[in-house]
Amino acid sequence: MPTTAKWPFRRRYCIVGVGNTPYGKLPGWSHVALNVEAIRRALDDAGLTKNQVDGVLTKAPTSDFQMLYSARVSQALGLSPKVTATIDQAGASNIGLIWYAMSVIEAGMAEVVVCSYGDNPLTGSRAAYRRIGGDEAAYGLMGAPAGYALITRRYMAEFGLKPEQLAAVAIACRKHAALNPNAQFREPITIEDYFNSRFVVEPLRLYDCCPITDGGAAVVVTSEERARDLKKPPVYILGVGQSHPAKDLVLREDWTTSGARESGRIAFEMAGITPKDVDVVQLYDCFTIVPIITLEDYGFCQKGEGGAFVEGGRIELGGELPMNTSGGLLAETGMPGMQLIVEAVRQLRGEAGPRQVPDAKIAVVSNQGGIMTTHATLVLGRER
Amino acid sequence: MNIERPLPEITDQNRSFWESARAGRLKLQRCRDCGRWRYPPAHHCYWCLSEEADWEPVSGRGTVYSFVVFHQAFHPAFKDRLPYNVAVVELVEGPRLVTNIVGCRNDEIYVGMPVEAVYEPLTEEVTLVKFRPVEVWERADAVVD
Repeated sequence: MPTTAKWPFRRRYCIVGVGNTPYGKLPGWSHVALNVEAIRRALDDAGLTKNQVDGVLTKAPTSDFQMLYSARVSQALGLSPKVTATIDQAGASNIGLIWYAMSVIEAGMAEVVVCSYGDNPLTGSRAAYRRIGGDEAAYGLMGAPAGYALITRRYMAEFGLKPEQLAAVAIACRKHAALNPNAQFREPITIEDYFNSRFVVEPLRLYDCCPITDGGAAVVVTSEERARDLKKPPVYILGVGQSHPAKDLVLREDWTTSGARESGRIAFEMAGITPKDVDVVQLYDCFTIVPIITLEDYGFCQKGEGGAFVEGGRIELGGELPMNTSGGLLAETGMPGMQLIVEAVRQLRGEAGPRQVPDAKIAVVSNQGGIMTTHATLVLGRER
Repeated sequence: MNIERPLPEITDQNRSFWESARAGRLKLQRCRDCGRWRYPPAHHCYWCLSEEADWEPVSGRGTVYSFVVFHQAFHPAFKDRLPYNVAVVELVEGPRLVTNIVGCRNDEIYVGMPVEAVYEPLTEEVTLVKFRPVEVWERADAVVD
């Protein structure tokens, strides 16, 4: 048994079902309904019925943060589970939910736990993404892109990152999304398209920013024992990590290293792997700078070399390290992160069709939230 | 139509900051126990959790830590100002402030640019602390000493 005292969860928990709704503009869908639909599809995928679920974990919708959210979703599912909770780490929450799911199963409090996210900011309210507030608004600092633009500028000054290197991330995501019928943006873009796109908050252009999307995605987590007789082969949770800088930019000493460094160190150590063992990555890409910093912090390259790393097709399908094979936040859906876990599972099951990475055995997913304020890492494996 | 920009909410916590800005002499909280600067203003020291602090003047000198240029208005009051810059300035004392750089074009701003505070009254209560480029001032450690 690979279990050790240091890592009690190691290789003992699995993702046995994944599901997602269409992505894009979905009028007529509430965020609760999007959660329920994603969970319904994930349970179908696992070959489970809703009455076999005893844990319902949610990430609160960004556009409509509220109390008792997981209870509302449970109610809409017609369930009174043993465990419900909403975990708020912004975009890092999805992996946080999986961590909590493993914990409650380990503690004997539940056996089959669904982890879900759904939101409808495109047809509902976009206010959360255009946040006005705080003393800084008097100087005109507002909206989600500005913080990432400040980090990008600082990174450029420290390490000489070129806009072409940001573009390489956007181009790879669009190229992969073209192979994904459910992606929101399926038209490939060229380097010329990138430089012709308008600045939103300079140095970030439109193509550096993920879209706002309606949609939902969910995963089903259970123990390795429970997973054995389900519909599809389980995908094993090899490693999981979290680390949260947890400070606003003005108080954060280092802007160019993120929580990914410590979170990744923990997850890779738990999994017993190094970056060279990884076949495919799904890295949170709300803005193009983020996966560049994440690749460095995870040890795929040295600090300052992330820009060069993403160039030359290395992160594209057929390259050395295919990244965001369903299009990522930049092109599949701007939903904050659960879709990356869904895609990693499909890659490891060999279900990704024209965007399949051949013989993918180990996948790494990053989730992060705020302005690189939180971070979580998931290492998944086809084999235990 | 003159649309008013969002204003800071003046609280017991930050009142001394905005009063010092109005007086044209920037003051920040400094921990009475560990001596560290406490910005943004807070009840407890971020480092030692002490509640004790004094408001002490700072040099108003610093460098641009990072900056961006808005090409899209997220609030109607800034629509006519596009493109406008927002910067984070690191004071020689250490704290970093969100601000605007004035007195130069947006394409003249660079990371590391030496700047000093200027005070722009906005309302009766609120004076914004902005920064303008200066010739290289003495090294930071010389200023602190």
